[in-house]
Amino acid sequence: MATLEIRALRKRFGSLEILKGIDLSVEKGGFLVLVGPSGCGKSTLLNTIAGLESISSGEIRIGGHVVNELHPSKRDIAMVFQSYALYPNMSVAQNMAFGMEMRGVPRAERDRAVAAVAKTLQIEHLLSRRPSQLSGGQRQRVAMGRALVRQPRVFLFDEPLSNLDAKLRVDMRVEIKRLHQQTGTTIVYVTHDQIEAMTLATKIAVLKDGELQQVGSPNEIYNMPNNLFVADFMGSPAMNLIEGKLVRDNGSTKIVLERNDHAPIVIPAPTSADASKLPEGGKVIFGIRPEAVNDRESIDRNAKSVATFDAKVEIVEPAGSDTFVVTHVAGKELTARMRADTDVRVGENHVFAFNLDKAVLFDSQTTRRI
Amino acid sequence: MTAADVPSAATWREPVRHSITTHGVIYGLLLLFAVIYLLPLVVMVMTSLKPLDEVTGGNMFWFPRDLTFEPWAKAWGTACVGLTCAGIKGYFWNSIKMVVPAVIISSLLGALNGYVLTKWRFPGHKLVFGMMLFACFIPFQSILIPMATILGKLGQAGRTLQDTLGASMGLGNPTVNLVLVHVIYGLGFTTLFFRNYYETFPTELVKAAMIDGASFFQIFRRILLPNSAPIFIVTVIYQFTNIWNDFLFGATFAAGDASPMTVALYNIVNTSTGVIEYNVNMAAAIIAAAPTLVVYILAGRYFVRGLMAGAVKG
Repeated sequence: MATLEIRALRKRFGSLEILKGIDLSVEKGGFLVLVGPSGCGKSTLLNTIAGLESISSGEIRIGGHVVNELHPSKRDIAMVFQSYALYPNMSVAQNMAFGMEMRGVPRAERDRAVAAVAKTLQIEHLLSRRPSQLSGGQRQRVAMGRALVRQPRVFLFDEPLSNLDAKLRVDMRVEIKRLHQQTGTTIVYVTHDQIEAMTLATKIAVLKDGELQQVGSPNEIYNMPNNLFVADFMGSPAMNLIEGKLVRDNGSTKIVLERNDHAPIVIPAPTSADASKLPEGGKVIFGIRPEAVNDRESIDRNAKSVATFDAKVEIVEPAGSDTFVVTHVAGKELTARMRADTDVRVGENHVFAFNLDKAVLFDSQTTRRI
Repeated sequence: MTAADVPSAATWREPVRHSITTHGVIYGLLLLFAVIYLLPLVVMVMTSLKPLDEVTGGNMFWFPRDLTFEPWAKAWGTACVGLTCAGIKGYFWNSIKMVVPAVIISSLLGALNGYVLTKWRFPGHKLVFGMMLFACFIPFQSILIPMATILGKLGQAGRTLQDTLGASMGLGNPTVNLVLVHVIYGLGFTTLFFRNYYETFPTELVKAAMIDGASFFQIFRRILLPNSAPIFIVTVIYQFTNIWNDFLFGATFAAGDASPMTVALYNIVNTSTGVIEYNVNMAAAIIAAAPTLVVYILAGRYFVRGLMAGAVKG
């Protein structure tokens, strides 16, 4: 049975519908990441799980019990906030023990629980300090400690890393992942950073305008996006999305990518797509990740279906570990992720190769994957 | 680019230098205004330390020849206020008994209002706040008669309670009346102060406390109040000064022995019989002004800091 179950959850503010029927569940020990652009309702969804916001209809179950009407403190959850929300007038130890104090846990037991968690998080030396005397990373750790001492059924994280600088963010990301693996807790995590989502989650839910776009493992979301929005949102640099036309040729389906100054690129339909039902000449969007575009020599040797074409190199971005090469196909930018030592020059023609095993096809009308 | 084009770090750190004339003008003006503002106080202090004949004998504006503390003792202990000649000490305590509860109650209620208006918003919270702000603009004089009516009713209720229960619960007591009036009149201001302060208070702290299981009042007492020192100081200074210096309500709602300090001071100075004892009057006036001075000196530097809090982040 799932630890957290959400059924047909709706949230309205007057006539404005923020959440339009969300169905989600998280298994015990799962790590669900809610991701989406700002204003998509992901934080609202988290707040409704926490009980900080009421819901208009639907059902939220935690550990099998319906918690719709329960006060946040009775839901068996703990929350880590974006600003950490540490009480500035209390020491770290008092901060961590505040919840237990409110529940009337005896002092000795409180001290014991705080000491145990402080040891796990290696913040024992900070216990007597005030939040203002801590660095960003330490505050983050204390905020997690305050959540951990509760031993809740579900942890809620509201963009906990967005206040940290880039390097610390990567460190704390690893820290959270390690914590999750060590303690086996169930976590719901909100972020707008798709890399955080990919690295942390066992399950990702992509939201847009209060509607779930896709729920699945990071692998599914990344390689088999349900629609154009998910394809474009997840991954950095974003998936190349190029408009094409469907043609049939001797029983096999092909995609034609028109170009202004070059001959059109004709490629076999990707194996992931069931293109047999599509009408001849139908418009499709051909989607391919930058790492599935390379030069001929470096393309995945195990790829079953490869297509090559010539194009003029417009921009070369060396990123250290890779080099991003940008060109134009069918009026759209196409980014290829090549080896760092690739020999490409701006302005010259280069032979690119598509690994079609990794390509996907979208209906340009419905924006859904075919 | 030559070396001369590069501004050196040393020249950047150079502080802005004013000419001696600029300095002279700045300090001269500051000194002038300091003298203008301090002169009345200096004359008061000097006058209060002279025997009366020295004051009337033409040495009004110079240092005392015969230094005496007699006027202070007289003002405190034996000066005549109206018909009783027991000095102003009784009235001084009247004022303290009025001002301390009035300041504490109005500040706490203002804090509670600010807490609700920012962290427990309800439909129409803006309207409620707007109407509370209105209290800041009502002239004191316009509410004298309705307030007198209400206090009269309360007094009647107090007498009824006295007859039936044997205790009036303070109803009808002039000091209690004044506390009530000042609390009601102060609420608009204290609510304004605290609401604006709590507006910038992170709501996530309140949410965290809710998840931790703290109740409405526990959040107020354990999370908000301990983090409200700057605005508390502003409110206390503001309320203390206003209530202590109030004359109109004191003169209207508390008569005779129950009068606050300000009314007693007026009665001492405004005596129509005998010689006007300037030295005693001055001593009494300084005693009357002392508490607000003390409050400003003790908490004044937090005043500006508190007013700025919320305006600037950090």
